[in-house]
Amino acid sequence: MLSHLPILQVIVPLLAAPACLLLDRARAAWLFACMASFISVVISGLLVFQVHQFGVLSYSLGGWDAPWGIEYRIDLLSAYVLLIVSGIGALMILAADTAIRIEIPSERQPLFYVLYLLCLAGLLGIVATGDIFNVFVFLEISSLATYALIAQGRDRRALWAAYQYLIVGTIGATFILIGIGFLYSLTGTLNMQDLANRLPALESSATAFTAFAFLMVGVCLKLALFPLHLWLPNAYAYAPSIVTAFLAATATKVAVYLLIRFHFSVFGVGFAASVLPLHSIFLVLGLVGVFVASLVAIQQPNVKRLFAYSSVAQIGYMIIGIGIGTVTGLQATLLHLFNHALMKGALFLALAAIVFRFGSADIRHFAGLGQRMPWTMAIIVIGGLSLIGVPGTVGFISKWYLILAAFERDWWPLIIAVLLGSLLAVIYIWRLIEVAYFREGEGESRGEAPLSLLIPTAILALANIYFGIDTRLPVYLSDSAAQMLFGGGP
Amino acid sequence: MTALLALQLTLVVPLCGALLIALCGRWPNLREAMTLSTAGLLFYLVIQVFGAVERGGDEAAALYVELWQILPGLHIALHSEPLSILFALVASGLWIVTSVYSIGYMRANQEKRQTQFYVCFAVAIFAAMGVAFSANLLTLFLFYEVLTLSTYPLVAHKGDDKARAGARTYLGILLATSIGLFLPAMMWTYFVAGTLDFRSGGILEGNIGGIGATILLLMFMFGIGKAALIPVHRWLPAAMVAPTPVSALLHAVAVVKAGVFTIAKVVIYIFGLDFLVDVPHEVIAVYIAGFTIVVASILALRQTNIKRMLAYSTVSQLSYIVLAVLVLTPLSEIGAIVHIVAHAVAKITLFFAAGAIYIASKKTEINQLDGIGFRMPITMAAFAIAALSMIGVPPTGGFVSKWYMIAGAFQVDSYFVLVVLTLSTGLNAAYFLPIIFRAYFRKESVAPPKPHGEAPLPMVGAICVTALLTLLVFFLNGPLVAFEMAVLGVPR
Repeated sequence: MLSHLPILQVIVPLLAAPACLLLDRARAAWLFACMASFISVVISGLLVFQVHQFGVLSYSLGGWDAPWGIEYRIDLLSAYVLLIVSGIGALMILAADTAIRIEIPSERQPLFYVLYLLCLAGLLGIVATGDIFNVFVFLEISSLATYALIAQGRDRRALWAAYQYLIVGTIGATFILIGIGFLYSLTGTLNMQDLANRLPALESSATAFTAFAFLMVGVCLKLALFPLHLWLPNAYAYAPSIVTAFLAATATKVAVYLLIRFHFSVFGVGFAASVLPLHSIFLVLGLVGVFVASLVAIQQPNVKRLFAYSSVAQIGYMIIGIGIGTVTGLQATLLHLFNHALMKGALFLALAAIVFRFGSADIRHFAGLGQRMPWTMAIIVIGGLSLIGVPGTVGFISKWYLILAAFERDWWPLIIAVLLGSLLAVIYIWRLIEVAYFREGEGESRGEAPLSLLIPTAILALANIYFGIDTRLPVYLSDSAAQMLFGGGP
Repeated sequence: MTALLALQLTLVVPLCGALLIALCGRWPNLREAMTLSTAGLLFYLVIQVFGAVERGGDEAAALYVELWQILPGLHIALHSEPLSILFALVASGLWIVTSVYSIGYMRANQEKRQTQFYVCFAVAIFAAMGVAFSANLLTLFLFYEVLTLSTYPLVAHKGDDKARAGARTYLGILLATSIGLFLPAMMWTYFVAGTLDFRSGGILEGNIGGIGATILLLMFMFGIGKAALIPVHRWLPAAMVAPTPVSALLHAVAVVKAGVFTIAKVVIYIFGLDFLVDVPHEVIAVYIAGFTIVVASILALRQTNIKRMLAYSTVSQLSYIVLAVLVLTPLSEIGAIVHIVAHAVAKITLFFAAGAIYIASKKTEINQLDGIGFRMPITMAAFAIAALSMIGVPPTGGFVSKWYMIAGAFQVDSYFVLVVLTLSTGLNAAYFLPIIFRAYFRKESVAPPKPHGEAPLPMVGAICVTALLTLLVFFLNGPLVAFEMAVLGVPR
């Protein structure tokens, strides 16, 4: 049983999805989805433990050995990301039952859980597999589910946002597929390890280089790297709140994982470095992304959009970490992967609570919210502080490592830029706090969100503080993963 | 109870106090009883720690506790030494007095959201204790930020547009300087020194050279915005929109003293006096402090609002401390440390008096004070004593600190410092003496709509206590100086 964990991680939510469709009753589907999600968390917890104990786990699907069959390969990096995705996925589904009550009509609610589980299965699959074509398959599973999930939004513009994302996402997936095709025609294998062994000899080949370029651009579209981020704000703003919370905390993280996997494990860090200054490009795009997106975020009247732009900025930080090109830099990226999932999860779930009470997350609903929904606002404050990077929260830990990485390289302008970026976050968080605490609310008073929504949100907010003080788990995992990625193949 | 336990409890007690105050919000009398008993208990604990530091030896050396390790090399740890115990004594002792005063003030003024006020106050004191007892720069930074955040609701207490604007400036400058300069300076320090612990003799010697050390020093000076050097001083006048007890304890004692205390800690225990002497252009920092002293005094001279005048006077007085710390002679360090106490008790008296005048007569402007000395004789007598301390006239605490500062300046023949001290003494006299003159020697121009006497009893009592303390600093300066000599590594 334990040796089958790598596949169980993916198969449990994948099979639970059609089962939910058969259940056809919202509450039953919810309970079933909860069960499946929590089994996923347990599995990924066990996987982390196993990888920690025994090293890399390799699992041959259907008993067919690697070059012929599909290999599932769990190393520390994948175990770490699996833990993030399944953990967030479970917390979100806990809140989903209440959160979708006003946003999705009851007859479509079972369908929501089907899509949710499919999306979760797709994301987990991308991380667990060691086969690049399998990556594409799971990417499509999760993407198609995501388009449908976004389209569930009450606002009619959700359809347009989903369509926009469909087009961009399909272009991205096509780019990835083309890249995979080139690699296959060049090396005759789809297994990541085989590719990693064969590619160094082919570094000068134009085909390999083209494949690399296609893959990078395709993945960057999925992770919404500036300036390929245009699909994200609409998708996040109009999707049902719980979907936004789930996507913000997991989908972009998986895309960053994919970038790291391709860049470090499959092609190797030094691939095409002489032709394509990838790290410099990452640095520049990351920095521009941080500044542009933060500045746009400051002006947003809709708080969901505001945090969507803030997500684009935060992705910028992760890309900067990769662009620094050292172990510490990569560790900063990996830490931020975890930490950003916690902060954005908490923030978007808090917004879900506000949408639940007011029907939208417009900033005018925030007036006087400090008195009306004190707990929700306290959570937003904690998430906001974390986003700024104040010591005592997880945000500080990521920034500390990012700046430490820049220090090691003596890149002073980068340090200053990162700090200025934090100040921009101060401005947009502050806007919310000021409206919520120092403006009188109007209209009838509405109270705090229901506990079923508040408790998962509070768990995430407390995790922001807990992991900001007790950093052993994420720091250990990210450190070992970064060392491993720089030390050699997967 | 061991001193080490007392040291840890100094953080626990105000936090629990805040919780209890919040729970008793519905019963004002019980709530105020909570505030007072928390303040009393806290002071008792600080005295316990003080006893251990005073006895010295192994017991004092053992006053170190590591609470948590965030990352390897980054600890949250507490430690007590003579400088920190002094700050803790001042902040916790004056909290008792201020609590009594606040009860009178808040009730007489029928302020809204009083529970929130007392809760935030207790949290702010918790943060001040944390700043005082931090064993390293990271712990200090953490509590420094908690202090900023917990005082923000107090500044914005009134909730009107003016309070919002003031609070915006307050939070904006304090957060921007700490995140923009203090935090990077701290990271830089860690990166070159490999530790952030406060050690006697400093940790930077041999780790950073030349102009880098100068830049780092300036980053600390401006990054620690609570020390209110020009041009990062603007938050302090802006904070005057807060209720007067807040201005009195936090913006004359806890918050601003946390700022200069941090600078003193950085200079003495991070840079080290011997190392800082060799840092090139270190004297720039002295010039900045001197400039702040003079310019803030001139600005104070031009104010018409009592509290704003006091705020600019605070800006100027804080730079006395920074200046004296940076003169880098033993006597000037002692002057700086004594001034932390002397200015605290005198300035809190002045704010108390301003608040009492406001409560009794609703007067807030200096030109309304004609003849007020006859209506409020006790308040104005206390005001006069404190004002004399600001100028540096004996028998008040301000004289002692100025004496040591001048002596310290003579040790290195720094004529710049001497000129600044002389000039600002003149300016201090120029803005404080006219008020005393108005209060006692001018006739009331318009009679108040309702005849009034002194403010409510708790307020007057608090004013008397702090005015007496101002005098006591003068008479008891011997033991104080002897105790603080330990900061400089001089055995007692």
